[in-house]
Amino acid sequence: MTTYLLRGAAPLGGDATDVLLADGHVAAMGADARAEGDTVEVDAAGLVLLPGLVDLHTHLREPGREDAETVASGTRAAAAGGFTAVHAMANTSPVADTAGVVEQVWRLGRDAGWVDVFPVGAVSVGLAGSQLAELGAMAHSAARVRVFSDDGHCVHDPVLMRRALEYVKAFDGVIAQHAQEPRLTVGAQMHEGVVSAEVGLAGWPAVAEEAIIARDVLLAEHVGSRLHICHLSTAGSVEIVRWAKARGIAVTAEVTPHHLLLTDELARTYDPLYKVNPPLRTAEDVEALRGALEDGTIDVVATDHAPHTREDKDCEWAAAAFGMTGLETALPIVISTMVQTGRMTWADVARVLSTAPARIGRVDSGPAAQGRPIAVGEPANLTLVDPAARWSVEPRELLSASTNTPYGGRELSGRVVATFLRGRATVLDGAPVEHAEVAR
Amino acid sequence: MTGLRHLLSAADLDRPTAVTVLDTAAQMAATQSREIKKLPTLRGRTVVNLFFEDSTRTRISFEAAAKRLSADVINFSAKGSSVSKGESLKDTALTLQAMGADAVVIRHHASGAPHRLAHAGWVDAAVVNAGDGTHQHPTQALLDAFTLRRHLAGDADNADGVGRDLTGRHVAIVGDVLHSRVARSNVQLLTTLGARVTLVAPPTLVPVGVEAWPCAVSYDLDGVIADQQPDAVMMLRVQRERMGGADGGGSRTTSFFPSPLEYTRTFGLDARRLRMLPDHAIVMHPGPMNRGLEISADAADSERAVIVEQVANGVAVRMAVLYLLLAGEREAWS
Repeated sequence: MTTYLLRGAAPLGGDATDVLLADGHVAAMGADARAEGDTVEVDAAGLVLLPGLVDLHTHLREPGREDAETVASGTRAAAAGGFTAVHAMANTSPVADTAGVVEQVWRLGRDAGWVDVFPVGAVSVGLAGSQLAELGAMAHSAARVRVFSDDGHCVHDPVLMRRALEYVKAFDGVIAQHAQEPRLTVGAQMHEGVVSAEVGLAGWPAVAEEAIIARDVLLAEHVGSRLHICHLSTAGSVEIVRWAKARGIAVTAEVTPHHLLLTDELARTYDPLYKVNPPLRTAEDVEALRGALEDGTIDVVATDHAPHTREDKDCEWAAAAFGMTGLETALPIVISTMVQTGRMTWADVARVLSTAPARIGRVDSGPAAQGRPIAVGEPANLTLVDPAARWSVEPRELLSASTNTPYGGRELSGRVVATFLRGRATVLDGAPVEHAEVAR
Repeated sequence: MTGLRHLLSAADLDRPTAVTVLDTAAQMAATQSREIKKLPTLRGRTVVNLFFEDSTRTRISFEAAAKRLSADVINFSAKGSSVSKGESLKDTALTLQAMGADAVVIRHHASGAPHRLAHAGWVDAAVVNAGDGTHQHPTQALLDAFTLRRHLAGDADNADGVGRDLTGRHVAIVGDVLHSRVARSNVQLLTTLGARVTLVAPPTLVPVGVEAWPCAVSYDLDGVIADQQPDAVMMLRVQRERMGGADGGGSRTTSFFPSPLEYTRTFGLDARRLRMLPDHAIVMHPGPMNRGLEISADAADSERAVIVEQVANGVAVRMAVLYLLLAGEREAWS
């Protein structure tokens, strides 16, 4: 296996040092890190070294919608975005609600080899919200599922939610709730407010998210379970999670990069690239989300990478699918919204994009652990970032099989230069390292 | 000239442009009392009526307008959409482009569909919004403004109020504001023309976010009529599906008000409320009416009702819009 010597990298933006990667681990740092025979040296001067990013919320679309994304194409895009692990959501076709399907996705990920793929199991059979899926079978399968979610659908039945929260305690699982009260959002198209009133798109009230979160933190407290809130999008949701954490409830929360940047004003274009679930909210909500990520109320940034085919977006707004891609733009958006604004350090970036999501997903221990500190002896899951690089987003040049990024034509700050999965380069010089080139 | 490329929203019109459209409509209306109503202005141009939603009255109004300007008219009834696995809006648009349409008049159930047609790069034609979802219906607002101006700003020497706007006039728009593209278009256009607008509706039929609109909101029709003496009352149609029961898709809908009877008592225009209006006030309705629900027969058939005139003015206003979008600087009727 190739060994790599990263020359002059700055771990978490700190003092520059040399880092030697060998046999899948961080073998040495500082003066001890020396090139041996066939060591590949990487000039990392001016680059920030982060633990490999871990996404808690990715849609890889396989099985079922391979026209939008496959495990191979999505994980290759993930590696290019600096990720070494993704959690693959369960709303595939067939739904990932059995041990068979989660093992299939897990094997596809292992064979693709770009990142670790951790399948998320469905909470209910067929995401239908009526009967618990075989959570235990998925937990004890080769895929070792710990995160369960009906994402795309809300587990709206309070009894089913209670049972799910209780049941996963047996294997230290977590329920990741897509908080959307269904009756309050029938036909909803965008955030309900000043803009929806004017453009005439059916409103999606903030309370439809907040009411479910309020209910679920109380349920989690009552049964003493872990609860994770997917893609928090409103200022009111932040207040509820803040209250719940102060009360000692075991709740964690995520925010997407797009909810840290974009607002409902974009719906005025009627361009379905900006149609997403939960919808883009107001500038006040964006500010509240940034504040909550800064103060730790929100634990992680997760992409909710949701690839869709062109025909699902090249149409009128109401007919379009919800969702936007995000794996390759997540880190630059976090850098511009949180680091360049002085609200977060690189250590914070490592926490919200690696350590915390790995901890919530319970993939932070064992020989293949993710989200570990950058230290000698740890698995070499690492990302090198050029924080000064500026690049313009060209949707067709991104590696996702779909082009539904909302950032086309935008200039972003920060570019992934290299990604290492257990010491193997998946990205070098900003380009994916195809398998034929890899000495495995 | 107006410089307009498309007419997608009443917000596309500033006051001088709106007055120009109304003045042009007045000239068009004058030609319609001649024995020969047809003008040669758009000879050789093709206007497509692209209707994704049934609306016989709006379609024939645009069709009459285009034909009286000598345009070739193609009626394209595109029932269904990409939602129901029919042809997509994009493919329909590419077809029209290949046929050489100069203007596309589009009616669509999805808000923003005309905006997509105009701006997605699918067609070169001028796009006229003939009603999109719960968003806009700008030619309806123009014909309403034309009707209002004639009655409230016209006089013996200038029956159509040519050159004038609606400064100082007060219009009450009553009913289902939440789902109404007519209300949205009129709030924008009438205030652009200097009028004051008060929306009157049960709170369930007023959109969240209405506070940003340039108008007042009241839940009290009697109070607005008695205390503010509006110059015009515009009654909006109440859709049957807003009243609860099955929505056709099999799912439950929850009604926006307790019963049709309570709605009529509280927000219907009946003989009693008609008598409370000032003598000069007019009664408007975009049609089709639900007689006995939002408007009683007494009000609909009264002398101050201008509902049939609105229909006639619709043709003149749509002639003016097609002329201004397609004919450029050329004189139409010398």
